[in-house]
Amino acid sequence: MKSTRRSFIQKTALFSGAFCLGFDWFQANGKEVSMVQTTMESGRFNAFLAIDPSGKIILYSPNPEIGQGIKTAFPVVVAEELDVDWKDVEVRQANLDTQNFERQLTGGSGALKHSWERLRKAGATARKMFVQAAAQTWNVDASTCKTSKGFVLGPKGQKASYGSLVAIASKLPVPTEVTYKNRKDYQIIGKRTKGVDNQSVVTGKPVFGLDIEKPGMVIAQIIRPPFGATLKSFDAADALKMPGIVDVVSFKNKVAIVGKSTWEVMKARGTVSCKYNSGDFDSDSTHQKWFDEGMKTDKATVQRKDGDFAAALARSAKVVEATYECPFISHSPMEPMNFFADVRADGTVILAGPTQVPQSAQKAVASLLKIDEKKVEVELSKMGGGFGRRLNNDFALDAAELSSIIKKPVKVMWTREDDMGGGIYRPAARYHFKAGLDASGNMIAFYLRGVGINAGNATRQDNFPVGAIENVLVESVNQVSAVTTGPWRAPITNFLGYAEQAFLDEVAEAGGKDPVQMRLDWLARAKSNPVGKITYEPDRFIEVIKQAAEKSNWKKKPGIYQGFSVYFSHLSYVAQVADAQMVDGKAKITHVTAVTDCGEVVNLSGAENQIKGAIIDGMGHALFAKLRFNDGVASPTNFNGYRLIKGNEIPTINAYFVDNGIEPTGLGEPALPPTGGSIANALYAATKKRLYKQPFEV
Amino acid sequence: MSIQLTVNKKKMSLDIDPNTPLLWALRDHMSLKGTKYGCGIAQCSACTVWVNGEATRSCVLPISAVANADITTIEGLSDHGDHPVQVAWDELDVPQCGYCQAGQIMTAASLLKKKPNPSKTEIVDGMSGNICRCGTYHRIQEAVKLASEIASKKKTKSTVKKSA
Repeated sequence: MKSTRRSFIQKTALFSGAFCLGFDWFQANGKEVSMVQTTMESGRFNAFLAIDPSGKIILYSPNPEIGQGIKTAFPVVVAEELDVDWKDVEVRQANLDTQNFERQLTGGSGALKHSWERLRKAGATARKMFVQAAAQTWNVDASTCKTSKGFVLGPKGQKASYGSLVAIASKLPVPTEVTYKNRKDYQIIGKRTKGVDNQSVVTGKPVFGLDIEKPGMVIAQIIRPPFGATLKSFDAADALKMPGIVDVVSFKNKVAIVGKSTWEVMKARGTVSCKYNSGDFDSDSTHQKWFDEGMKTDKATVQRKDGDFAAALARSAKVVEATYECPFISHSPMEPMNFFADVRADGTVILAGPTQVPQSAQKAVASLLKIDEKKVEVELSKMGGGFGRRLNNDFALDAAELSSIIKKPVKVMWTREDDMGGGIYRPAARYHFKAGLDASGNMIAFYLRGVGINAGNATRQDNFPVGAIENVLVESVNQVSAVTTGPWRAPITNFLGYAEQAFLDEVAEAGGKDPVQMRLDWLARAKSNPVGKITYEPDRFIEVIKQAAEKSNWKKKPGIYQGFSVYFSHLSYVAQVADAQMVDGKAKITHVTAVTDCGEVVNLSGAENQIKGAIIDGMGHALFAKLRFNDGVASPTNFNGYRLIKGNEIPTINAYFVDNGIEPTGLGEPALPPTGGSIANALYAATKKRLYKQPFEV
Repeated sequence: MSIQLTVNKKKMSLDIDPNTPLLWALRDHMSLKGTKYGCGIAQCSACTVWVNGEATRSCVLPISAVANADITTIEGLSDHGDHPVQVAWDELDVPQCGYCQAGQIMTAASLLKKKPNPSKTEIVDGMSGNICRCGTYHRIQEAVKLASEIASKKKTKSTVKKSA
């Protein structure tokens, strides 16, 4: 066991009878969990699970809550193995604590996958200690005792609450071997558990970043330059004379207006004029030119090669070819970017606000200010969405830099226009596919070139049906732009998934195959005799496909036009059937059936929310969203021009989960990638018009 | 010149720029952070409050326009977070990120004041001005229906059955 920190089995004298059992997240080698017993000192915990003599259980949730429900799901797992009543559990958000937590971030739908075993072990270990404490007290064998809802039950009807056993249990050696509950005995996992923050939300408690107030805090907004431009000069003379304005300063091509209240800052900002250099900044035409060039270049990066694509294509009886394109889009979480920073004279820094990656914020700010990371404290707020936007800490760096200049605690607040116009977008991409079919309509050759703008590798070269096709060539080209990009919910696959699944629908049609059966045939091949490396489990793929076909009455609904898609991302499998109907002469998506295999469903209520939310998100953006560029400036910059899907535009959705008890995987993202494809294919079935570009409705 | 208004049954007097939108007056000058900023141009309805009982978007409404008005925000919707809409929102586990929900709840509660037993279409139409980026729309619509049932049961004095 490697650790640079303290000894993991650390037993210290307990005072006041409080007992804290922590579990370590820093284990690099898989699922080993070391138990740390610590004391509660000055109300500060260094551990995750605390039980006080009254029986109250406090669980600290380390990961940032962005709407994915992790603040509820994590404690559910601990509470299950601890065997306590959910109503006795109190959940608190932990701040950034690199000493006690690992992977304290929100991204990649990876939290449950990473922590499942650790959470179970934390709960089960404590439960075992309470059993041993009771057995010792009653002078019986521990194996004759059981637990139920926070009590240990003895063989002769004895009953003791965990709280009453805290003093004894806490002095016992921490067991290394624990047994987990049988899943058929689960009381909380797999059931519907309400969000632990519901009460705060429905009563309007100040839990979000924008709600942060600190003593002496000033408010700031920042004018940012067009993408690629340099600030030459600015005139803030009028602004500085306006009431409530504290300062107007410039750094890194930006101009910050600092004042006492939001409205005063907004008003003053309107009077500040900025001059930028002129240059050949990005426009839509620039991006189209780069796509064209990227498609023609002979310098593409080969991402995967199986067999001989060119030879197989040459002997194909039929060739299917298509180009798909997706624009830059904004994340547009309902809470615009904001962050609080206080760079203090004593060299310490307090950061507070919504970030998906607090540790990166700490590191980046320490590096910017050239100070030790230990001097940067990060408080986590609840996030009003993020969708990947808050993986980039530009907002935290801006706040810290500004605070260091004005020497005041400051909350930097982005307007919606700043947020939508200020970058870190989903990259734009163009995909070109070719498929070679033999005389029986079977795909024998598959080609994909992905050209992305600031997308890195715009392909996912190991994606199904790769692994089932004899001859494959996947290439990527990255074009570099001044328009900033970053991960957007299900990075790359949020648009690649649409393009792939829509193209495969064309392949099925050209080969005279049923889209469902065609995939099942390929998966049979991938299972029995895979071509090269495969990253997915064919059986799990097959199961979601079969269930989706069955539950959607695939192609058995008269008057309903259906589209199929299936995707494996973030280690979960989601198959979808979208239903379209003709309404007043227009094709409309009326229903979506989704079958998901994410292994064990921890919280059914939260899981359903993630599936339905991701489908609505994927559908809304596929139908409506697009940013345009002119001379380095993005538009539109608010919801009057940038259309988000509304409640009167959604289909009904049935979300089903495969019940297989496999270790859980993520759910924040996996239902989004197949959505563009299922609805594009359903709309094609209804209209016979292929949709090659997002947004579908322009 | 100070502006008088009543907010959540409390009389307030504000001496601020009369053009200040009600949203920022609430958030910055009255420490009521429950009402949310989403777009600033009355497009998303995250900022919905009641002005004299009517659901109104507070982000474009100058404080001067609500002098002497009676304002209700999410913090004042009920004394103990037990308005039927709040109860229904929790019961059906509506929120994901939760940021838009104050505006959704204020819109829903206003809708139910006017139409205590709304049809499905009335619910969908009545709520369609409020954007939820997380896509909680299905549960929002179901929760409005549940809230109307809770409210009507309350009126007939029967008890509301809550699941565990």
